[in-house]
Amino acid sequence: MTTSAPARAPRALKIPTRLDRRYLPVVGTFVVLALMLVVGGSRYENFVSPAVISNLFINNAHLIVLAVGMTFVILTGGIDLSVGSVLALSTVVTAALLQAGWPPAVVIPLAVGAGTVIGLAHGVMVHYFQVQPFVATLAGMFFARGLCFVIAPESIAIDEASFVSLATWVQIFGGWRMSSGVLIALIVVGAGFLVLHFTRFGRTVYAVGGGEQSALLMGLPVARTKVLAYVVSGTCAGLGGLLFAMYSQSGYSLTGVAMELDAIAAVVIGGTLLTGGTGFVLGSVLGVLVLGLIQTIITFEGTLSSWWTKIVIGVLLLIFVAVQRVLSLRKT
Amino acid sequence: MTNLLRHHLFWPVAALVALLVANTVASPGFLAITVRDGHLFGAPIDILRTTAPLLLVALGMTLVIATRGIDLSVGAVVAVSGAVALSHIASSPNPDSPVTVLTAIGLALALCLVLGVWNGFLVSVLGIQPIIATLILMTAGRGVAMLITGGMITTVNSAPFKVLGSGFWLGLPVAAVLAFGVFAVVAFVVRRTALGMLLEATGINPAASRLSGVRSKTLTWTVYAAAGLFAGLAGLLISADTMAADANNAGLFIELDAILAVVIGGTALSGGKFNLSGTLVGALVIATLERTVTVVGISPLVTPLFMALVVIAVTLLQSPRMRERLTAATRRPVATTPPEPQSAARPDSTEVKAR
Repeated sequence: MTTSAPARAPRALKIPTRLDRRYLPVVGTFVVLALMLVVGGSRYENFVSPAVISNLFINNAHLIVLAVGMTFVILTGGIDLSVGSVLALSTVVTAALLQAGWPPAVVIPLAVGAGTVIGLAHGVMVHYFQVQPFVATLAGMFFARGLCFVIAPESIAIDEASFVSLATWVQIFGGWRMSSGVLIALIVVGAGFLVLHFTRFGRTVYAVGGGEQSALLMGLPVARTKVLAYVVSGTCAGLGGLLFAMYSQSGYSLTGVAMELDAIAAVVIGGTLLTGGTGFVLGSVLGVLVLGLIQTIITFEGTLSSWWTKIVIGVLLLIFVAVQRVLSLRKT
Repeated sequence: MTNLLRHHLFWPVAALVALLVANTVASPGFLAITVRDGHLFGAPIDILRTTAPLLLVALGMTLVIATRGIDLSVGAVVAVSGAVALSHIASSPNPDSPVTVLTAIGLALALCLVLGVWNGFLVSVLGIQPIIATLILMTAGRGVAMLITGGMITTVNSAPFKVLGSGFWLGLPVAAVLAFGVFAVVAFVVRRTALGMLLEATGINPAASRLSGVRSKTLTWTVYAAAGLFAGLAGLLISADTMAADANNAGLFIELDAILAVVIGGTALSGGKFNLSGTLVGALVIATLERTVTVVGISPLVTPLFMALVVIAVTLLQSPRMRERLTAATRRPVATTPPEPQSAARPDSTEVKAR
């Protein structure tokens, strides 16, 4: 990469190399994704088809939303272990309230708001009580899961007419299909991207993750930013729950067990460093797609058992982390 | 009074006592221990037995956390350990022979040690963040366990193996004797030699301790290996209790319970000073809490919520901010002049900032 560079003019050289470093992990993820598509496409018929790609998005819309929220928290140097449970809580709240006859226009904000409130509580615990993010969100994880069981121990089907029609809304163009869930997820990704890169809050998120002391000394609103990052993650988890409720048309207190790990894995595969300060929302989306594609390939393979998914995700995580490590070593 | 309140074990022990009192109020015979068939029976003994696997995992976790690390993979290692041991016993022609059982135990522990060494390699040699390094095994480990059991729940009948889970030795449950024995040995080795101090040095400042001649890398490697080994032992106890290897559910969330036990015990996740006696109390608190829920008659549906609220209460009480307030509150009446608490409070606040 850099060997051909000296031949060029020094001014043209500077910008590409700097961009290279920052975007390298994301480019890496993209290459892996492309490779998987190529390998899958050459091995199985109809692998790279609009239907499969559409399904990839439809099946993972909730995870995309979770990963966007998780990216914010991880960028500040924190972590949110509660997203799986909060997602379950949101599905259960949605299903239970709809069953009780509440209109969707009231239920949807409540379900998402439940996530927001839990996120706020995490932020307060982390910032004002100085509880470690790991522990605070772990407690939140237990709390949300516990609340699920209190509200509804059994799975509740959703049959409210207008919610179902919203959930089953599909736009078809050519062979491509886009469900309402995917549309919402894409809007969230766009919003996350804009907020991180074009607002003061977004820049502060990066600054806090890069060095909290320095951010504080620069006079940045560290407290507000850290709390808000958890609020964003909680809200995303609530919204993810709503998407999952739309996808499965039910609410169940045991959904999303260990989903926080998928979200964290997606963020890491997407090139975000867990120490904070470096990473991109779009990388996390690519991470989710890589995870989803592994699942798809294993389904296409047919003979492979489901546990290979876990092993492959583990191996992939290892490769990404090792490569990131090598890259960061070279930088210093 | 002030000293007592500020003792690091005050809050965890207070929580344990409160739970025991609540239990005794709900069922007056709670603390009674009877002798039946030469074995001790009763709720406290049962709590000791159910604490055993958690105590082992939490013990390894404390050492790992002391070096500024964390081990998320222990739950998966528990599953792998049970899967290996039970698969070996199930496939052998003679499941009741002690040789088979000992080989199975040896195989399981050896594999878990290897898994621990793997974690240690990633953290100390490759320098990957502990949370990510162990996340890899946490995800892949259960897949490996399922690979070993072929996706099935392996069940066996083997009298010698069953002893590990539900046997008695000198009137006490074998599981508890084993776990507390290992705990005592580790506590002795760590606290009666320089090992504990070196671990704390590594956790407080890896670079400085390396420069002053502490073998930080070797130590880090060792604690992850130990955590793997202890998790493997815990896996044997858990699978011997149910006599089934469930790759999906064995040891599920035990890493979180263990981290919680460590935190309740007063060891900060930021590493450095650790507190094995606190971890012991923390593990007992969690086991007693689970027991309390059934004794007090809280509906199983509300159990997770109740547990969560207790956890949140304990975490908040342990948080630096609350400690500062409590210390300030208990000091104020004692102080003769107003400036004293201020000057005394200053080191606390700088310490907090340094984190």
